[in-house]
Amino acid sequence: MASRKTSYPNRDGGDKYSVLLPTYNERENLPLIVWLLVKYFGESGYNYEIIVIDDGSPDGTLEVAEQLQKIYGEDKILLRPRAKKLGLGTAYIHGMKHATGNFIIIMDADLSHHPKFIPEFIEKQKEGDYDLVSGTRYRGNGGVYGWDLRRKLIRFHFLFFPLSPSLINSRGANFLTQVLLRPGASDLTGSFRLYKKKVLESLVERCVSKGYVFQMEMIVRARQLNYTVGEVPISFVDRVYGESKLGGNEIVSFVKGLLTLFATT
Amino acid sequence: MTKLLEWLFGVSLVGALWALVTFDLLDLSLPQTYREVAWPMPLYLLVSFGCYSLATVGYRVATFNDCEEAAIELQEQIKEAKEDLRKKGLKM
Repeated sequence: MASRKTSYPNRDGGDKYSVLLPTYNERENLPLIVWLLVKYFGESGYNYEIIVIDDGSPDGTLEVAEQLQKIYGEDKILLRPRAKKLGLGTAYIHGMKHATGNFIIIMDADLSHHPKFIPEFIEKQKEGDYDLVSGTRYRGNGGVYGWDLRRKLIRFHFLFFPLSPSLINSRGANFLTQVLLRPGASDLTGSFRLYKKKVLESLVERCVSKGYVFQMEMIVRARQLNYTVGEVPISFVDRVYGESKLGGNEIVSFVKGLLTLFATT
Repeated sequence: MTKLLEWLFGVSLVGALWALVTFDLLDLSLPQTYREVAWPMPLYLLVSFGCYSLATVGYRVATFNDCEEAAIELQEQIKEAKEDLRKKGLKM
């Protein structure tokens, strides 16, 4: 009867977590994030794989990823590169096609999301059988490092300071969105989340926005579709290496996206 | 119902109530004081909502955690990771 065991791949300990890491010019950060992922998954004992989706980085991110694959094994590190920079949504679709886990974790590869929170995400998910668990900077012990007061605000920012993309992540923007959309989650633009694979598939199919709004749309649509959302406080350490890749146009697309969601959900 | 419709519905409901009392549309012969209180009400609501918003955002900014320990921990782990990865043969 022992051979029958394999037909229940998801029974209790059988869960597998696929981490999707979309990268673009993350040569310095990728080895570090992978090292941390291996460390924390190793310590907690969950089954996992890391899927690196590199969008043709000119800095040689892919070569570094190949080295990492040799170090940690082809069953742990999967490379699914694409020829050029395409949207985040399509990166998730692309990565998911190759994911063998029944859960998907999405996070930034720039070290602003720390893998130490992943075991907490998993425990939270199991606790309430949540469809998705979202990291939140705005609750409990959550928080941010590397933002000055200006970056935490938005209202005054709008009036007195040049616009910058970071303010989209700010308290003010979050409040505005909370008021307009009442989404039932405290951190809308964060992108450190754990999804049931089926849930992510159905959400990605429906989401059309790009950039920051994409993350927001995912969670707003999740509520619309009556998926359950759990939250785990996370600390967000702003980029250690490299420049933030977001341009000033981000604010315009954020406002557009917010209004679109407002009118359609 | 979309959020936009919810908002429009809510605003028109409040608007209708306000017009009803302020202009006494149903001839309920409400006391004059009701009308006097009612007519500047939208402005009061707007101002108090503005105050509430500012206070909330201000409070949240003031109590926003600065995760300094997290940054320090990360820096230490980066050092450790680099050393370990070099041992494992990674060429940066």
